[in-house]
Amino acid sequence: MPAPQCASCRKARAALRRPRSGQALCGTCFCAAFEAEVLHTVVAGRLLPPGAVVAVGASGGKDSTVLAHVLRELAPRLAISLHLVAVDEGIGGYRDAALAAVRRQAARWELPLTVVAYAELFGGWTMDAVARSTAGSGRSRSCCTFCGVLRRRALEEGARRVGATHVVTGHNADDMAETVLMNFLRGDAGRLARGGGLGSPGEGGALPRCRPLQLASQKEVVLYAHFRRLDYFSEECVYAPEAFRGHARELLKLLEAARPSAVLDLVHSAERLALAPAARPPPPGACSRCGALASRALCQACALLDGLNRGRPRLAIGKGRRGLDEEGSPREPQPSGPPASEPIPGF
Amino acid sequence: MLWQVLEGLSRDSAKRLRFVPGVVYADEGAACGQSPEDRAETVAEAKLVLQSVGFPWHIVALEEVFSLPPSVLRCSAREPVGTEGAYKAAVDSFLQQQHALGEGQQSLPCPPRPPIRAGPPTAGQTEALSTLFSSVETLTAKEELLQTLRTHLILHVARTHGYSKVMMGDSCTRLAIKLMTSLALGRGAFLAWDTGFSDERHGDVVVVRPMREHTLKEVAFYNRLFAVPSVFTPAVDTKAPEKASIHRLMEAFILRLQAQFPSTVSTVYRTSEKLVKAPRDGCAAGTPGPRCLLCMCVLDVDTADSATAFGAQTSSQLPQTQPPVAQAEAPVSCCCTRMGGARHCCRTEEDPRARVIEQLCYGCRVNMKDLPSLDPLPPYILAEAQLRSQRAEAEQIQEYLLEDREDEDARPGES
Repeated sequence: MPAPQCASCRKARAALRRPRSGQALCGTCFCAAFEAEVLHTVVAGRLLPPGAVVAVGASGGKDSTVLAHVLRELAPRLAISLHLVAVDEGIGGYRDAALAAVRRQAARWELPLTVVAYAELFGGWTMDAVARSTAGSGRSRSCCTFCGVLRRRALEEGARRVGATHVVTGHNADDMAETVLMNFLRGDAGRLARGGGLGSPGEGGALPRCRPLQLASQKEVVLYAHFRRLDYFSEECVYAPEAFRGHARELLKLLEAARPSAVLDLVHSAERLALAPAARPPPPGACSRCGALASRALCQACALLDGLNRGRPRLAIGKGRRGLDEEGSPREPQPSGPPASEPIPGF
Repeated sequence: MLWQVLEGLSRDSAKRLRFVPGVVYADEGAACGQSPEDRAETVAEAKLVLQSVGFPWHIVALEEVFSLPPSVLRCSAREPVGTEGAYKAAVDSFLQQQHALGEGQQSLPCPPRPPIRAGPPTAGQTEALSTLFSSVETLTAKEELLQTLRTHLILHVARTHGYSKVMMGDSCTRLAIKLMTSLALGRGAFLAWDTGFSDERHGDVVVVRPMREHTLKEVAFYNRLFAVPSVFTPAVDTKAPEKASIHRLMEAFILRLQAQFPSTVSTVYRTSEKLVKAPRDGCAAGTPGPRCLLCMCVLDVDTADSATAFGAQTSSQLPQTQPPVAQAEAPVSCCCTRMGGARHCCRTEEDPRARVIEQLCYGCRVNMKDLPSLDPLPPYILAEAQLRSQRAEAEQIQEYLLEDREDEDARPGES
């Protein structure tokens, strides 16, 4: 059976069906629609004002690659300038290959690239060293916690170095849905209260962050990358199987199979959660050591590093919280290390 | 739960419960596709248990939804909630009543009316019900529909017999699963009502869940230790494969996760305790908006301010119209989700389905997508939908009527 005509331009043959609406579109129309939707998200949410210097968190994975490409297309219309910031966590065999992909992209698109390494920023600690340090504690390693927190800090630092005014990351709708599920399963009321919006405006000196791809489903991101023939790095982080997020991801896949609109429904639910005022996190202050945004005396990055340096890596994890300590899964949501650049999704 | 109530009401318990209970059993055999003989058997077993308990009991078949009045869907005014003083006064007057009815009575006073013994449902109704359930395409939507109809039925029974509260026996485990399922179905705004202790969205009848702190395991042990009789009936999703519906998926997932992380259920439960029954900050406070036709929660589908209003081309599109040729899908979705201005455009389609759909909350809308035609729905739903849309039309016309003061009365509403 020949493919139907494209529903949009009615000239070319349709090359795909959009996962959510089932509309048949040709490649060019789909890419145009995708870009239009991202543009609408940015404009309607007033996420990136004209003249903004935008640091794009680039990991070499599909989400950040697509994000960088789309923003580059839209940059003249939005009047923004882009910088790529890549974070080198020091995971041997994985990050080096990903960084090579980022460098190729930067060269092809002629965008300035800055690489910040954990080893340089955090006193010689690379993720491999962290993993070795946390491995001996008997329970499963919580290295994903460290990676997420430190990556957020590193991204911020990199953005500052290039003089950026905004930070964007490539989180898509599936990531948001997974985050909501995960936060519920782990009882993280603080993050539930904070999340759901289109990004954080940036309080107390932190740069405003946003996620322009937030409304795009993962399948569409992959389709876009396919049609634009983008070159990205698609392997999973070596530590990914240990993250709690894997459970949420598996659940989401099942839900999507049972009901295709599940991702959208979850995002809808997340936006409308009403949590008691007591459950909301206190307004953030400044870290006493490094001056960054913190809800307690020490920001999470400093606290974690402190623990590492003292030889007690679990010091800042699950300590001082009320009771509940699940086996092997600390309180912070653990982003696993799929190719998308993912600082802690909970803002 | 019934056993606990029985114990709580007995003369020798330390803190006696002070209310007059009745028991309702809803027979859902037709929805589950049971044969009439099996149903009769189950009902007979249930009757035995109910009779042994000694409270006034009512057995209602789900087919009776076809004879429910549309007033079930209306939120009636509640008696004003009293303070501590009023509670004590109420308990005192209740105790006096008990004394007045005579000492030494082990059983409770009869309700003003004898227990309703409606005749067995007619074959026509049974068939209508099975048509309805077989027309639903997915198991998820079936379960949701069953739940909705069951709630309406129980509500009706409670109202008819003058009960002010309905106690449901949901345990901690079931509520945790329900919470996650509601999340996945898009009912995040109503979690506090769906899984909280008390649920007052129906106005005069309050649904309470006193068993919400007991896990399923505890309940099972209790039943075993105290030899509590129970009746097993197959449900809509018995023997369905695990991936068949969102409810099954969630149940399997949570139970599996619970095996690995033993605190999962209690964590989810505690998170549910932190939910409040309020619109999220930033949403319009002030007068509550219209309520959903089926679940009676304040509608949570608002304007293009929300992320999903933009991305939800499917759920808000009219089923008949084609998606527009324009590349940005924004115009179509905004059109239907905006209140007020949208009404006209929907009305020009003259589509009864669209009229019903726009009165539903997001979660119910997604469920209705799996129902290809709204005709098999019980008449009370369609009647109420019609009434509400007519009232809305009349309200719109009202604005214009006020401008011409000369002939302001007796102008019929025009559509």
